[in-house]
Amino acid sequence: MITVTRSGPLTTVQDLGRPGYAHLGVPRSGALDVPALRRANALVGNPPDAAGLETTLMGCALRFSAAARVAVTGAEAVVKLDKVPVDGVIDVPAGSVLDVGRAIKGVRSYIAVAGGIDVEPVLGSRSTDTLSGLGPAKLTDGATLPVGSARGASLDEGSPADYPEELELGVRLGPRDDWFAQRELFVTPYRISPMSNRIGCRLAGSALTRTRIGELPSEGVLLGAVQVPADGQPLIFLADHPTTGGYPVIGVVDDVTPLAQARPGTTVRFRALH
Amino acid sequence: MRIRRAGAAGLLIECRDSEQVEAWRRELWRRREAGELTATDIVPGAGTVLLDGVPPGTAELLESWPEPDPATIAEGPLVEVPTIFDGEDLADVAELWRVSAEEAIARLRDTDFIVAFCGFAPGFGYLRGLPEEWAVPRLAAPRPRVPAGSVALAGAYCGIYPTASPGGWRLVGRTTLDLFDVRREAPATLSPGVRVKLVPAT
Repeated sequence: MITVTRSGPLTTVQDLGRPGYAHLGVPRSGALDVPALRRANALVGNPPDAAGLETTLMGCALRFSAAARVAVTGAEAVVKLDKVPVDGVIDVPAGSVLDVGRAIKGVRSYIAVAGGIDVEPVLGSRSTDTLSGLGPAKLTDGATLPVGSARGASLDEGSPADYPEELELGVRLGPRDDWFAQRELFVTPYRISPMSNRIGCRLAGSALTRTRIGELPSEGVLLGAVQVPADGQPLIFLADHPTTGGYPVIGVVDDVTPLAQARPGTTVRFRALH
Repeated sequence: MRIRRAGAAGLLIECRDSEQVEAWRRELWRRREAGELTATDIVPGAGTVLLDGVPPGTAELLESWPEPDPATIAEGPLVEVPTIFDGEDLADVAELWRVSAEEAIARLRDTDFIVAFCGFAPGFGYLRGLPEEWAVPRLAAPRPRVPAGSVALAGAYCGIYPTASPGGWRLVGRTTLDLFDVRREAPATLSPGVRVKLVPAT
């Protein structure tokens, strides 16, 4: 069992989410930086869909009641075992405290524990959905988390990602690009707004011009959709996005992973994909 | 019908009307069950059906299929929702409709609703069936907390809040019916295609 000794501002249990229920209004949820969670799981010998912890900017600290093998990936942070810096795959002795420090680069660290975080799954996933409230509550100081039984051998899968100061995101236009002046999205850079969260990454920059007046009847939206609300400032949907929306989607970002680690103020440019 | 691209693995099917949305939703669901379609999610909207998680070539596949005919699809299951018509905004709705509160209740009771799509929250169904001319505007300022089970109107849709949440819909009644339970095989009581009657609770 794990006891949370410092929860950080938003640390949640995340796995690969609960796709397949969008028609019931259930968001997909799941880790924002899926490759980082997969890598953490591989390092401790977990299957890719095992649940780990996702921290936000400030890390968290955990006390382990039993010995455990742990890996921390994602945002670059100082990891300490009983106040001593460690890295790589960490064998945590029973009774020790693992502290994942604040993010030096990136935003979200992923902590995998061999055996996985074994909270009760909801609709096939252990992920906390910050929009609908499905799944376990976000971590609080003193909360406890069960750990499953460790199975596989550690694998090193892939290498840590780089977190650039400027992002270039590939976008496929549509389904509602005909509601906007053509190509405008690709002309000027945007900055990531501090209002961003697990639901969406809000951008600030030159407002996109609507060429069509009127309201869009609600329709299904998907991960990476670039929705343009009335103020013209685009919002890119991330894992906890609502399943339907009433604002037109100008395009869909191909890979939202870099946004999981992009800090407010980061410059974003869009590049057209065909 | 027109198919629009939505990213590398998404397609948005634009339909003529809500009846065709339901026909496509059913047809796509059936074809997926039959192994003729690969899709992670089939998400109806007011005038569209979104397919997410489809392999390349799916648009061409859809175009090769005949358009489903709304007239030939079987009716969905019927759910009766025991309702106490005492919502805080019932008088305002009656006034917007220029009828008495009793007549407003009768209209709601006599309407054959169908779940057009879900959204807003898990298990929140947008029920169509009211005529467009009875559409009511949302509240100017949403309530910070609408209790679970509230039966409410916005536009020409009726909706029932599965859980307490902020909301701008006009409250006309309430029900104790459980609308969303993750432990059930079918977690949402009001899933797309379900027919709904608001039955006065005794």
